[in-house]
Amino acid sequence: MGRWGLIVDPDQLRTYECDGLTNFRVMPSAVVLPATGEQVQQVVRVCHREHIPFVARGSGTGLSGGALPVEEGIVISLARLNHILDVDIPNARITVEPGVINSNVTQKVASSGYFYAPDPSSQQVCSIGGNVAENSGGAHCLKYGFTTTHVLGLEVVLPDGSMVHLGGATLDRPGYDLAGVFVGSEGTLGIVTKVILRIVKRPESIKTLLAAFNSTDEAGAAVSEIIASGILPAAIEMMDNLAIQAAEAAVHANYPDCGGLLLVELDGPSVEVELLMEQVTAICNSCGAWEIRISRSEEERMVIWKGRKAAFAAMGRISPNYIVQDGVIPRTALPQVLHEIERMSSAVGLRVANVFHAGDGNLHPLVLYDRRIEGQEPAAEKLAFDILEMCVKAGGSITGEHGVGEEKKLAMSLMFAEPDLDTMQRVRCAFDPDTLANPGKVFPRPRLCAERQGPYEPHPLEKAGLAEFF
Amino acid sequence: MSVQPEDAWAEFRHAIGSAGVANATPADSLPGADPQVLLEPESAEGVAGALRCASKSSLRVAPRGGGTKLGWGNPTHGAELILSTLRLDQVLEHASADMTATVQAGCRIARLQEVLAQHGQRLAIDPLWPARATVGGILATNDSGPLRVRFGSLRDLVIGATVALADGTLARSGGKVVKNVAGYDLPKLLTGSFGTLGVIVEATFRLHPLPKHSQTVSFAFPSFDEANRFTLAVLDSTLVSTGLQVRAQRNARPIVDTRFEGVPTAAEAAVGRLASLSANAEQLDPSADVWNLREGLWDERSESIVCKFSVLPSALAAFSKSLDRTTAAHHLEWEMIGQAIGVGLLKLKGAHPDAYITPIHELRQNLAPGGGSLVVLDCPPEIKARVDAWGDAGDALPLMRRVKQQLDPAGILNPGRFVGGI
Repeated sequence: MGRWGLIVDPDQLRTYECDGLTNFRVMPSAVVLPATGEQVQQVVRVCHREHIPFVARGSGTGLSGGALPVEEGIVISLARLNHILDVDIPNARITVEPGVINSNVTQKVASSGYFYAPDPSSQQVCSIGGNVAENSGGAHCLKYGFTTTHVLGLEVVLPDGSMVHLGGATLDRPGYDLAGVFVGSEGTLGIVTKVILRIVKRPESIKTLLAAFNSTDEAGAAVSEIIASGILPAAIEMMDNLAIQAAEAAVHANYPDCGGLLLVELDGPSVEVELLMEQVTAICNSCGAWEIRISRSEEERMVIWKGRKAAFAAMGRISPNYIVQDGVIPRTALPQVLHEIERMSSAVGLRVANVFHAGDGNLHPLVLYDRRIEGQEPAAEKLAFDILEMCVKAGGSITGEHGVGEEKKLAMSLMFAEPDLDTMQRVRCAFDPDTLANPGKVFPRPRLCAERQGPYEPHPLEKAGLAEFF
Repeated sequence: MSVQPEDAWAEFRHAIGSAGVANATPADSLPGADPQVLLEPESAEGVAGALRCASKSSLRVAPRGGGTKLGWGNPTHGAELILSTLRLDQVLEHASADMTATVQAGCRIARLQEVLAQHGQRLAIDPLWPARATVGGILATNDSGPLRVRFGSLRDLVIGATVALADGTLARSGGKVVKNVAGYDLPKLLTGSFGTLGVIVEATFRLHPLPKHSQTVSFAFPSFDEANRFTLAVLDSTLVSTGLQVRAQRNARPIVDTRFEGVPTAAEAAVGRLASLSANAEQLDPSADVWNLREGLWDERSESIVCKFSVLPSALAAFSKSLDRTTAAHHLEWEMIGQAIGVGLLKLKGAHPDAYITPIHELRQNLAPGGGSLVVLDCPPEIKARVDAWGDAGDALPLMRRVKQQLDPAGILNPGRFVGGI
């Protein structure tokens, strides 16, 4: 690995004790920073031989503790695998190493009129490898899909140290779609060392509309009508008053002070965008919008997005600590769920700001609290968990783009029954029979891969109603 | 292995009800097997129960939907049982405001689209034989059509699935919301798995609005090179087509069909812009529905074979040249209907079954350096006995075997039909 490739000094290791979810911390035994796929393979071979658990890490911006080190394990940082290997404009493909920063992909192909569509808020710093592990989304996945939509092929080091190629530059390769399974597996199936991505032609016209409503109910009604009219915007984002205040304090985006702010972005051929923007404007007006702005230039568009993109970080301006949640609900349940969040928040006495991808129902409730006040942190954690439970009850999911990681593994049982989780873990056993890759994450309970094959049978205690697997 | 009818029938009757158990007939045969019993459960639990019984008695199962693609893949190593999903034919939920639908596996595609159309929506996929093909069948075989250029394939549209595993476990994965990253994406694993990992009993899809307007224009090009330059230019433009299809055969001018949908004025403008990209091309009169011509490749079934090919979008022209060379040397005719993104169907026609074997190997060899593939779909049985339907599955084949081993350890589901004999 060379002299720069290994960290064992406790002070330096501290950098790696957590990811973007800072309330979980574990000191790793060591951090290695391989510079090539072959070096990753060598490290993993050693881990396999010595039975050392490992956690892969990109930029460490994850919000669910997916890159949280494990006790007695090592962290494998992919930060030095940061090369763009091949750009193929005629076929709209780009091959990159996992440490390449998300926005650098777009930068690389922008001069040819292309962009890389998944755009998590952290895109200036987060890595493609991390995006692959988490199946990252972003504001524009309503129209363009998620990381998985844009990953064509992967080079992966499996937990036994072998290297395999999943998918590839061409479509529909013979065999199981293991690239599809690997994307979003949160580091539990192996380590990606090379990624073939699809890039997208930049649309002829992109316009963003900002509309101010008195309430999130009104803004939500506008969203429903836009979708019902058959329009598929590139993005629809909503912010409530608390989120607007925070964004204003942080980046002065000059948002109207309103109860529900809507951002709608349309893109495509100019003729179409013009026409549809008229329709969207009319819908917003009829739903009670009292101020509407439409971007006339790229600069104006960036200004409109500035507050939204900064919203999470802006919470620091109005609260010392906060928990970001990532629940998803069917879009139609939006008004009812927002009211319920409001009710729960006032019952506990903690503020909740709402910033979310309204088009696909991906909420980002931000539970605000002060760690220094005794009891607030556990209360905030409980409130965040209760919100997730409500999302699942409304027919949704515990996570739309941040991943399960360490944080929400217990909540998996809200969504999936034991046979469902057991089936997923059987797949895990095919990739990682010794449970070396990011052990302890995603699933509430590990499955021993040597366990008897057969359908899930409840434990006698569970059958007797004496115990419940959470 | 063979069914001792009396014993097995009793067990299966118990699991799925007597109405769902019958003697199989010659019509239930598929390449490699003449099943003895036909099982038609009417619930997901029934499918799981049937599989549990089959596992217990070590009976091999061929899952079947509409039965339109039973010839695809390698011949099965054997099947005592046919497990039909046709009685699971309900659209369970069309959440039109959320643009999702949950459907049972045995629902025919045309029927599903009919239900969705009542609220102005569609599942944006146009597979072969929609009147007969089922949701479960197109998922298992990963079939797709021209709409793929704009909306992706089934892997991009399926958001949740329930599967019955060989041991009778009924497992859900994914969900009912479009955006969801909780747990492994098993719907993608099942898509294209040819019934070798489990029997899909239910799936949830994201939907798209039905277009209010659709416009197609076709051009004939003097050479395949020029046709390919045109398709690349359209893909590289800011035009958004919902179909970009190349039709070609030996010694004929290749034709490219382009479709625009949505706002009429925008579609009109788009068609206008195509002219500047299609110099040297002759615009053809709009003819029959060009988007359904693929099914015609099966017309001469007894004296031809149909394959699926995949190449890079820029390699279509080179592929056509390789086809010209290979087929000329072996006295075959070829015809392709492909999508500009690089996937398509290829018909080879020859005088004798022997004539195909060497060309298939040759074409695969030519495709391999560019990552391309050629999969034989339907052909006379004697050919599949001599050539693997799939070709090379790459270095992940051992991993694929381990996945199969985990989900179907006894190998009772469609044994032998998939890559590498899985």
